[in-house]
Amino acid sequence: MEDLGEIVGEFLMESHENLDQIDRDLVQLEQDPNSRDLISRIFRAIHTIKGTSGFLAFGRLEKLAHAGESLLSKLRDGAQPVTPATITTLLATIDGVRSLLAEIEESGNEGQVDVEATIAQVNAQMKAGEAAAAEAPAAPVADAAPAPEPLDETPARPAPEPVENQRRPIGEILVESGAAQAQDVGSALAQQIEGDERKLGTILLEEGKAQPAAVSEALQAQTPKRSIADSAIRVDVDLLDTLLNMVGELVLARNQLVRGVMEIGDTTLVRSAQRLGMITSELQEGIMKTRMQPIEHIWSKLPRVVRDLSQGLGKQVQLVMQGKETELDRSLLEAVKDPLTHLVRNAVDHGIENPDERIASGKDPEGKLTLRAYHEGGHVAVEVADDGAGLNVERIAQKAVENGLLRPDQIPNMDRRDIMAMVFQPGFSTAAKVTNVSGRGVGMDVVKTNIENIGGAVSVDSTPGEGTVWRLTIPLTLAIIQALTVDCGDQRYVVPQVAVLELVFIDGQSTKIEYASGAPVYRLRGKLLPLVRLDRALGLEVGADQGVYIMVLQADGRRFGLVVDRVLNTEEVVVKALNSRFKDIGLYAGATILGDGKVGLILDVSSLARRSHLTADAERQNLEASSRASGKGGSGERLLVTAVGERRVAIPLDTVTRLEEFPRERIEHAGSREVVQYRGQILPLVRLSHLLGAYGEEPEGDTVSVVVYSEGARSVALVVDRIVDIAENSTTARRDAEEDGLVGTAVIQQRVTELLDVRRAILAADPNFYTDLENDELLVEA
Amino acid sequence: MASRQFATFEVAGQLFGVEVHTVQEVLSYNEYTPVPLAPQAIGGLFNLRGQVIAAVDLRVQLGLARKALEGPVMNVILRGDGEPVSLVVDRIGEVVDLDDDTFEPPPDTLSGPTRELVVGTFKLDGRLMLALDVHQAVDTSRATT
Repeated sequence: MEDLGEIVGEFLMESHENLDQIDRDLVQLEQDPNSRDLISRIFRAIHTIKGTSGFLAFGRLEKLAHAGESLLSKLRDGAQPVTPATITTLLATIDGVRSLLAEIEESGNEGQVDVEATIAQVNAQMKAGEAAAAEAPAAPVADAAPAPEPLDETPARPAPEPVENQRRPIGEILVESGAAQAQDVGSALAQQIEGDERKLGTILLEEGKAQPAAVSEALQAQTPKRSIADSAIRVDVDLLDTLLNMVGELVLARNQLVRGVMEIGDTTLVRSAQRLGMITSELQEGIMKTRMQPIEHIWSKLPRVVRDLSQGLGKQVQLVMQGKETELDRSLLEAVKDPLTHLVRNAVDHGIENPDERIASGKDPEGKLTLRAYHEGGHVAVEVADDGAGLNVERIAQKAVENGLLRPDQIPNMDRRDIMAMVFQPGFSTAAKVTNVSGRGVGMDVVKTNIENIGGAVSVDSTPGEGTVWRLTIPLTLAIIQALTVDCGDQRYVVPQVAVLELVFIDGQSTKIEYASGAPVYRLRGKLLPLVRLDRALGLEVGADQGVYIMVLQADGRRFGLVVDRVLNTEEVVVKALNSRFKDIGLYAGATILGDGKVGLILDVSSLARRSHLTADAERQNLEASSRASGKGGSGERLLVTAVGERRVAIPLDTVTRLEEFPRERIEHAGSREVVQYRGQILPLVRLSHLLGAYGEEPEGDTVSVVVYSEGARSVALVVDRIVDIAENSTTARRDAEEDGLVGTAVIQQRVTELLDVRRAILAADPNFYTDLENDELLVEA
Repeated sequence: MASRQFATFEVAGQLFGVEVHTVQEVLSYNEYTPVPLAPQAIGGLFNLRGQVIAAVDLRVQLGLARKALEGPVMNVILRGDGEPVSLVVDRIGEVVDLDDDTFEPPPDTLSGPTRELVVGTFKLDGRLMLALDVHQAVDTSRATT
């Protein structure tokens, strides 16, 4: 059986390809039931499978294929019309063949796969066809309708079909073209019969009886014209991967060399280096091409998916595919397959309406689903477009609020597309009912994760009543990416260029970073862009707000700015996987070797994006942490100056939520604490005068001034005597605190002012204030 | 008498050893890329002929202060599971043949992080060599105190 291993392997691979083709052809046949070409093609393919399985003694497989073939021969002879039911039966037969093949691949034999049910179905189909044929034209033509081909246990081995694609013997071709002598071919054949395992052409070549060119020509002539697939050889993917890795190394070595040569400045060397550079690029391109496959490979299964699904849902869907020949890296194709299938299923299930609904809204009852693939700026874009009802933005917004993903007040300011992008959030589904296809809220987030894992992006756009377009942007290849190198805290980092929308230089004058309640933002053409400081995200020392760059990035359907010290250049880098010990950090997508030979870390933009969501809170905590630690919060920090007794106490304005005045009589007591009812909540109060030990005269007046501080659902109020001013802290003299409850003293507006330790003050009012927040580990900055 | 070969190296004055077959190579390297937010024991990453290698600071693993990776630093590159990983050490020693009868379990008085990394003690002429557990030594997720 061992010798058979290779043959079986080949048979499996070939059959899988054939089955995919049959699938496509069957679906097409349903559209075009009279195409004899299609029927013959399907027939031939099944026939081949039947023949080989008989030869390899896979009895059940042979039987099943035979059944399918019998039904097909009736269709071919016109004895039975092509109906959706026949197509369904044939597809079921193909599925049966598939599962048998899978079993053979797995265990080497046919296992327990049951084929009888399918065969019975085929027989029933043929009987039904006969009955119909017999009844319909009550034709007197000798009612000798061909007896149903008996499906006995051992189907008669069919006579060799005069199949057009049967290969002509290569010897014949060679002799005919005069490239070889008949007697040489004869003796070569004799050698083969004696056990020479070489192929005929090889024997002739090695014995010098034929020219290589003639043989390869004959081989091509021998190959029936089917597709380019036949002019190709199979290469082990591992080998290609190794080659690709080596080319990657070569690219690195070239980068280093070019850099070195530039420094030396020798013209001859520079020229050689440039030439090496060119050759390397071409080689790289060539190797990349070997891994490229047309996207058709993963699309080929979709007509079947759409057909089965639309039939099951009682919908009519026409599938249009454009740009099938667009090529993608093999590994990427694999990664895109499932997300794409999901999008297609989703479009059929939710996108395209029922025929009645479509008619009611004045559309063609048959929906149109368009798959489009095309190149776009170093990427491949794949679109799944339907002409259905479109996404219901209001409903998505409402759902997002219900799920706590958005606050109601955010909605009016949001872009329509940003709202639509919420569907990519985990657990998000607006489907009114859960079907077995979609609507469980799993899926879109997985689509997004999968696509982002390969460095791509997903977006959605929709017009009510006209349809929805899902768009995948996929890098051409995984291993080498276009990237921007940036500096941050004297280290170099790499940002995948696919995520970069634009760069902004912050000079502190015309462009500057601003803070919204502690969260850094930038006004990008009038809209606020949340910022993430890379140094802070990496736990490094936080640098200045001036003379830095903002990289406007897009990931996770969110736009944010990454603040870095310097942007250097774009480079092609080879992505190296990072060891699992760095996975938990979650900030790095990988590593690469930079032009200078050092290792550079590739930043994970989507995880930075997730961070940007949190900066508002994290930023605040950081601010306190830094002011608590050293009292040297950044320069230019704005302070709220209050009066407490004789003293001036400053509170960083960024941490303040609101300033309020309460009537004195509204202060109530809960235990030993003072509280106020405030917006339906109980707001704990702390008197700064007590906290700071500045007991003195209670100020006159019917109201108290409080500074309200909120985080999440919790609020506390700090009672001060008076709000004095808001000042810019351009500290000249500053001293660290020696007193409890303060972080230091500073000279503000020519007066000594004490800086409040906000965290302590808050804890004095509500000891549990931070507990809940800190339980959420995401909020705790390392 | 069965004997084993050990590659030896010094960290903080103590001689350590790992079995020779676990070592891929020994080299001195001086450019490390720090990994912010990585476990303390990760000294950095470096480029070994195109491969990205993590350098684990054995000092940190032993509960000592981190070594500043400035200038050339000696790396003992271990084969590791699937991918090489480097141990940063102070000085490389010799390769020694050791008979099994010079082996003893770690002394009871040995405690702290070192105890978890050491599988035994070999009595050499004039000094002791602690044999490291290769897996433990490069396990940076281990809580170091």
